[in-house]
Parts: sequence; C-alpha cells; structure tokens
Amino acid sequence: MTSTASPPIVLVSGDEELLVTRAVAQAIEAARAADPGADVREYEAGALSPGEVAEMVSPSLFGGRRLLVVRNGQDAKKDLAAALLAYAKNPDPDVTLVVTHPGAAKGKAFADGLRAAGATVVPAAKLKGQRERVSFVRDEIRRNGGKCTDDAAEALLAAVGNDLRELAAACSQLIADTDGRIGADTVARYYRGRAEVSGFTVADAAMVGDVPGALEALRWALHVGVDPVPIADALADGVRTVARVASAGRGNAYQLASSLGMPAWKIERAQRQSRGWSPEGLVDAMRAAAECNAEVKGGSDDRGYALERAIFAVAAARQGAGAGQRGSGAR
Amino acid sequence: MSPVFADLVGQDEAVDVLRHAAAAAAHIIDGSPGQGMTHAWIFTGPPGSGRSVAARAFAAALQCATGVGCGDCHGCHTTLTGTHADVRFVVPEGLSIGVGEMRALVLRAASAPSGGRWQVLVIEDADRLTEAAGNALLKAIEEPPPRTVFLLCTPSTHPDDISVTIRSRCRVIPLRQPPASAIASVLASRDGVSPDVAQWVASAAQGHVGRARRLARDPEARKRREAVLAVPRRLTGVGACFDAASALIEAAEAEAEAAVAETDATERAALETALGAGGTGRGAASAVRGAAGQLKDLERRQKSRATRAQRDSLDRALVDLAGFYRDVLTLKMRAPVAVVHADTEQLASAAAEKWTPESTLRRLEAVLACRDAIEANVKPRIAVEAMMLSLWRG
Repeated sequence: MTSTASPPIVLVSGDEELLVTRAVAQAIEAARAADPGADVREYEAGALSPGEVAEMVSPSLFGGRRLLVVRNGQDAKKDLAAALLAYAKNPDPDVTLVVTHPGAAKGKAFADGLRAAGATVVPAAKLKGQRERVSFVRDEIRRNGGKCTDDAAEALLAAVGNDLRELAAACSQLIADTDGRIGADTVARYYRGRAEVSGFTVADAAMVGDVPGALEALRWALHVGVDPVPIADALADGVRTVARVASAGRGNAYQLASSLGMPAWKIERAQRQSRGWSPEGLVDAMRAAAECNAEVKGGSDDRGYALERAIFAVAAARQGAGAGQRGSGAR
Repeated sequence: MSPVFADLVGQDEAVDVLRHAAAAAAHIIDGSPGQGMTHAWIFTGPPGSGRSVAARAFAAALQCATGVGCGDCHGCHTTLTGTHADVRFVVPEGLSIGVGEMRALVLRAASAPSGGRWQVLVIEDADRLTEAAGNALLKAIEEPPPRTVFLLCTPSTHPDDISVTIRSRCRVIPLRQPPASAIASVLASRDGVSPDVAQWVASAAQGHVGRARRLARDPEARKRREAVLAVPRRLTGVGACFDAASALIEAAEAEAEAAVAETDATERAALETALGAGGTGRGAASAVRGAAGQLKDLERRQKSRATRAQRDSLDRALVDLAGFYRDVLTLKMRAPVAVVHADTEQLASAAAEKWTPESTLRRLEAVLACRDAIEANVKPRIAVEAMMLSLWRG
C-alpha cells in the first residue's frame, strides 16, 4: 500500500490560479493512481478546525490512502497551523497533505514551517515578463505532445493575451486542430488581432518614428475598447520622458533614475528612443500632444482621427528636425 | 456717493445707473411709478473689476430702508453680510452650477419677498451655468414674479459665457477694468497700505482689485508671484522647461490644497456627525451603515472644488506670466504705457533687447493658448509643459 511516488506533504506556493489548480489535480491523480479507492477531502483553511485534522490524519481502521487538501493556507488560524505543523514533523506515509498558499506575507510563518518540515514545494507564482510566458506556451504545447517555435508562442501571446487559462485553452485547441507542429503561420491561421494594446504601445511606436506600427497599435487599441484619453496621455508621457531623458545627457540609467524620478528601465528605453530627436522636434511634438489632449476631450468630432493626426505630427516633428542628421545623434 | 457702492472702484457710470435704478425701485414699493428699474440685470467685466461686488451692493440698495443704500440700516447690513432672508447668493464652488440646484433656486425666487421689498437672486459666475440650468433660469426670467430681481455676473455677454436668450431679457451693466491709480488710492485710503506699495501691487494685479489686496497683504502670494516671474529666466533648455512646468503645477496644487483642506475636513466631520458617526449605544452602528454613499458624494463635490481651486491658482500664475511678456513687448515697441510688473522691468528690458517682437508675441500667444487649453480640460501638466517649451523656443 505504501507508495513512495507521492510525497507526504506538498506546499503549492503562488497565486496563479491555473497552476495551483493543476498542482492540486496532479496530487489527487497521483494518489488515485496509487490507490483507486483513495479518500480525497478538500477543506478551506479558514473553516477547518484542528480536531478535524486530527481525525483526518489518524490511522484508519480500514487502511487505504487518503489525501487532504487544505486550500488558502494563509487563512489558517494559529491552532490549526500548529496542529498541521506538528503533524508535518511526523507524517503518516499513507496520507498526503496538500496545502495551497499564495506566497504573500499573510500566513508566511505557516508556509515556512511546512517548508522546514520537508514539504515538497510546487511553485505556482504568477508569470512575470514576456520570456516566462513564452516558455509557458512552449511547455504547454510540448506537454500536449506538440512542438512550437518561439515566434509562434509570441504570436499567440499577442493574439490571446496574458491570461494563463485562455493561453492553455488556446494551446490545446491548436494541438487538436493541427498535426502538432505549430509555427507562426499556424497561429496566424487561427488567431488574428491583438488582445492587449495600451496607449503606451502606441506611444512607444510613435516615439521611434514607426508610423505604420503606431497607427496599427492605435487601431487595435481603439478596437479593443481602450479610451482615447489614456492613449493621448500616454503619447504626451512618451514625449515628456524622451525630452527629460535626452536633456539629462548621457549617463548611467541607474544614476539618472533618482534625479529624474523615473525607473531605470524607463530611462534606458527613452535613451534608445531619443536617438533622432532634436530639442526643436520635441517642442513640436509636445505641442502636438497637448493639442491632441484637448481634441480627445471634446475639441474634435472624431477622437480616433485626432489621435492619428497626433501620431503623424509626432513623427513629422522627429523627422523634420532630424532629417539629414540621422546617425550623427541628436541636435 | 452712497456708502454701499463705495467698494466699486473706478466704476462711476455703472454706479450712477444702479443708484438711479435703486431709487426707482424704492418708488415702485411706495406705489408711485418709478423709471429705470427692471427685473433682470447682468454685470459684465474683466475678472477683479467687481462684478459680484456690484451685484451685492445693488442688492443691498434694493433692500435698503431709505432706498439709496445707506449701508447702516438693517436691510443693507444683512444683505452685505449675506444673511438677508430675501437675498440668495449662488456662489459656485465647483466647476458648474447644475440644473437641480437651479430649479430649487428658481422655485424659491418665485415666492413673495418676506421683508416686503424685493426677492433677490444673485448668481455669481453665471458663466458656470450648465445649459440645462440656464434654461431653467430662463423660464423664470421670461415670466418674472412682480417683486423678484435676478442679478447675474459673467465675464462678458459672449454666447460662450451666457446664452443669448438670457442675455436678451436682461439689462447689461458693463464694468470696466479699474485703472491702477484708482485701485492704489483705495488700497492706500481704505486698507492702510503704504502708497508706494499700493502703487506697484495695483499695477501688478492688472486691474484685479482683490488680487491687488491679496498681494499687498499676503507675503505667500507675493512669493508665488515672484516664483512665476522667475520662470522666463530659468528656461535654459528642454529639461529646464519640464522642471519649471512641474514646479508651477506643484505650487498650484499646494495652494489649492491649502485653500480647501480645512473646509474639506470640517465639512466631512459635520456630515459624519449628522449621519450619526461616533455615536454610542443601541442603533449607532446601523445608523452609520449606508452613509458611505453620501460621504462619497461629498468627496466628489470636494474634488470638483479642489480642481477648480487648482485651475484658478494656475490661471493667476499664467496671467502674471502673460503680463511679463506684455511688458517685454511694450518695452520693445517703446509703447507709451506703464509696465505691469514694475519689479521685473529690468529683466523685461533685457529680454526685449534679445528677442524679436514676433517671438515675444509668439510667447505671449503660448501663455494665452495654455489658459484656453486648461479651460478646455487638457491635463494642466501637459498644457503647461507644451507652453514652457514654446516659451523656451520662442
């Protein structure tokens, strides 16, 4: 009966709902695989009393595997946490205890105690950054028996958005629809459009003079329901950031960060964007941004058109002053 | 001159008309036919010329027992302090006067005067009437009750300020920008300001009586003005423009915050007490429940007031700045008029040597465009930044 396949204590640490659900489901599956008649019980930590724990983990008259899932471990009261930790020091090999914890400060002592008692930690933190999401998509497709290139994963992320559940569903749908080899063209056949476009996407493209890119991003942003006002604000913010960073001179982004009051990554990006801008051009661009701000707030009949014009004006301001001097830097 | 009209600085023609009308109004009450009184008046004039002062003084003269605005009788006194039962002042604190408020006021204005003279409704900043509120008021002005008088104050009779339908049913009293010498003499004689200080604050205030008084009395206001006038010298590059813009915005925010913080806290405390907060005993807790909505409503109104205070403060700064560029232009063209800011005359004449008249004019336009932009709800920071960059480039 005793199986070494599943660890006696599992701590699922993180707040990405999909990964938490998966980790719990996996533990249950493992228990069922070891013993089809395994007794699985799920509890909310906030509503569980220490007495119930004692009953759950004490040896059963009939034997058999048991699985105890305690959700929201951060809500465990002091006596419950003490009871579970005491049990964790001397676990029953026939019982698997799964505790989920969002990984934040609340109930941290409990999570750390479980870790110290030798719990197997399953990370389920929210994915940060594009790279992690790309690798999630690739892993997801690999898990389902397919193959996927990096650019296909990027394309899928752009089209579906950053919600992991939707991404997982999209991956399994793609596998079901195709032979399993997924390239960028496969994604393009089934998914079109951009799910997450903000004003900053528009502003970033406009500031480097990429008019087609900025217009495309603008159309998508308006299409998915971004209000024109934040887009106009982002445009002004883009000009302001570049102007302030450019006038601060060259320097280490981390040293400039405190004097400019901006995060270093923003400064680095603005330093890249500031190539090709002259002070004169920035004056024109800022004026265009201010006019655009008035227009999206009722000054113009068509707010989308006002934004489009502002993008053209920003690009023209960059070009008008930078013409013939490209490569030699600003001024 | 009748004492209630003494606060109107340099407006002799307007005062004559109003005194005549007040006398006529007194005749009407006596039962004899009076000429020169009507039921609706609009006071127009630049900011600081005393539109609301004129309206208030006229209201006092209407309620005056002697009919001339003596300033001493019960009617005059209570009107000037804002406690007369038949005089209602509408002073918008927020950005606009809504239709709900206006309907209630119109209803009230339709009642007969309890004091037996006139029912008076004074709307300061009638340019802040929303369209619907203006229409509600129009109904009352079109068919006025016999003893009701409407006094409206707006910057001008331009359709942007007051609808033409209201304008056409009112008598207009245009007030002019009081000359600096008149302001200076009032400050010196009535507020006890020394004559030389009175002279320069009067010219720096550009015809705004209240602003001149504030500059003469409040050292904080003088400091803020000096900071604003230092801006043109500080614009040495693109980065400096953004620093100057954010300093200006922050100063405006701080001034607005200081102006409203205390009232906000008192109002909130009063409302909470009225709703039963802090009470003890049975039912006290349930009384406060459901009060969140009302508190939120109060916060919304307070926010509108804070926004307005911030815009007003920014507008004062921009007017000062515009005055500086006007000085540069007058010095450049050797125009035979006095400079606005006597204390920065040297700076202005140095600038006049350096800049062409065209670029000075462009700068002046940039300041005025910024005022318009803020009026049009552009984010103040963005508008001011664009202006500063234009000022730097010229």
